[in-house]
Amino acid sequence: MPQQLDYLKETPSQTAGPYVHIGLAPGAAGFEIYDQELGQDITGPNAEGERIRIEGLVIDGTGSPVKDVLLEAWQANAAGIYAHPEHPGEVEEGFRGWGRVITDFDSGEWGFETVKPGLVMGRNGQMMAPHINLWIVARGINVGLNTRLYFDDEAEANAADPVINVIEWEKRRKTLIAKRSERDGQAVYRFDIHLQGDDETVFFDI
Amino acid sequence: MTKAPPIQGEFYQRDRRWHPPAFHKDYKTSVARSPKLSLISLENTASEITGPRFGHSDLAPGDNDLLTNYAQPEQSPIGERIIVHGRVLDENARPVPNTLVEIWQANASGRYRHKKDAYLGAIDPNFGGCGRTMTDENGYYYFRTVKPGAYPWRNWVNDWRPAHIHVSVFGTGFAQRLITQLYFEGDPLIKTCPIVATIPDPDAVEQLIARLDRNATIPLDTIAYKFDIVLRGRRSTLFENRLEGN
Repeated sequence: MPQQLDYLKETPSQTAGPYVHIGLAPGAAGFEIYDQELGQDITGPNAEGERIRIEGLVIDGTGSPVKDVLLEAWQANAAGIYAHPEHPGEVEEGFRGWGRVITDFDSGEWGFETVKPGLVMGRNGQMMAPHINLWIVARGINVGLNTRLYFDDEAEANAADPVINVIEWEKRRKTLIAKRSERDGQAVYRFDIHLQGDDETVFFDI
Repeated sequence: MTKAPPIQGEFYQRDRRWHPPAFHKDYKTSVARSPKLSLISLENTASEITGPRFGHSDLAPGDNDLLTNYAQPEQSPIGERIIVHGRVLDENARPVPNTLVEIWQANASGRYRHKKDAYLGAIDPNFGGCGRTMTDENGYYYFRTVKPGAYPWRNWVNDWRPAHIHVSVFGTGFAQRLITQLYFEGDPLIKTCPIVATIPDPDAVEQLIARLDRNATIPLDTIAYKFDIVLRGRRSTLFENRLEGN
């Protein structure tokens, strides 16, 4: 009998279920309990860079919007720095880079305000194009889905992005690119996430 | 210009055969919500190794006590009073300190305080159903709550969820982000639940079952259950792949 490897096994995932809001966004479930809900302010007041809005739908295999999703966003600041001790560099006072948003119960629309992140140093010294990491949980999703949102006005950086280029099928790469428009003078990026179907979004095993 | 990240170990790959697959025909909601194409495997970058951090200023002191955090003064929720406690560890069996743990659950009659839950079970005016806490320097956490009730749900015609508490944990990197469910030792509904059954390995199911902990039980007061949570571990050998290149 060879020696044992004394690693523990990761706790297996289970679906967040239909009532994820109770735990992670109780105001949306219909009651006030905490002094402050977490994840409603990604940037804080001092963040530099362009203020933008991201919005979209999560669409299931029947083409219908999913109305009970919770998404979390994790991003660097405009200088490409994550608010984390292992990432060298400083972020602005109050910049957390993390947010949490739920879909509207009637329409399925979700959206959040943030700043556009900068280029981030990737592996082997290759710069990654500006991107927001997204994590998606809901009833019917057994393990949270990881994807990345990139920006359509960063064509040059996107073309050189080492993660986008890992995706073998060029036609699938566009599922990660949010489309910019202007509304009342503010930049709005549209990012619809397709769980299945012809335009199935690329999800990552990270 | 950003500086190169320091040398840091990557997370161990997630064992996708230990986790439930995205598609499971018996859990009907997963059918239209499961990606059909393969996940694209990524090697860790700064985006996966970093993750949000929280502090005690984000929470209030009583947020981990579901017996009192929504109750009227001098009142208590109905139900079996329980402590749920344990440690957050990584796959190397090292504690994960100062990480956020959030829970939510139905009340003792199996009813959620949620505007979309219309089950017949009564709402408890003294029970909100959510709590949150930070692990201490040893990775230890605890909550006080009531044992949730079983409840019916629309899947097959007559499906009932075993009593469970939803648990959300962060860790230090976004790649460790995890949501799961805690079940209770001895519950006969665990065996018949299509959501539990999405997990292919019986040993993995066992890992989600909290055990009665008589030593932590407070006599004449509260029954305790122990539930340890394991997040992905990180590599730390000298021959590490260097994230910033060779």
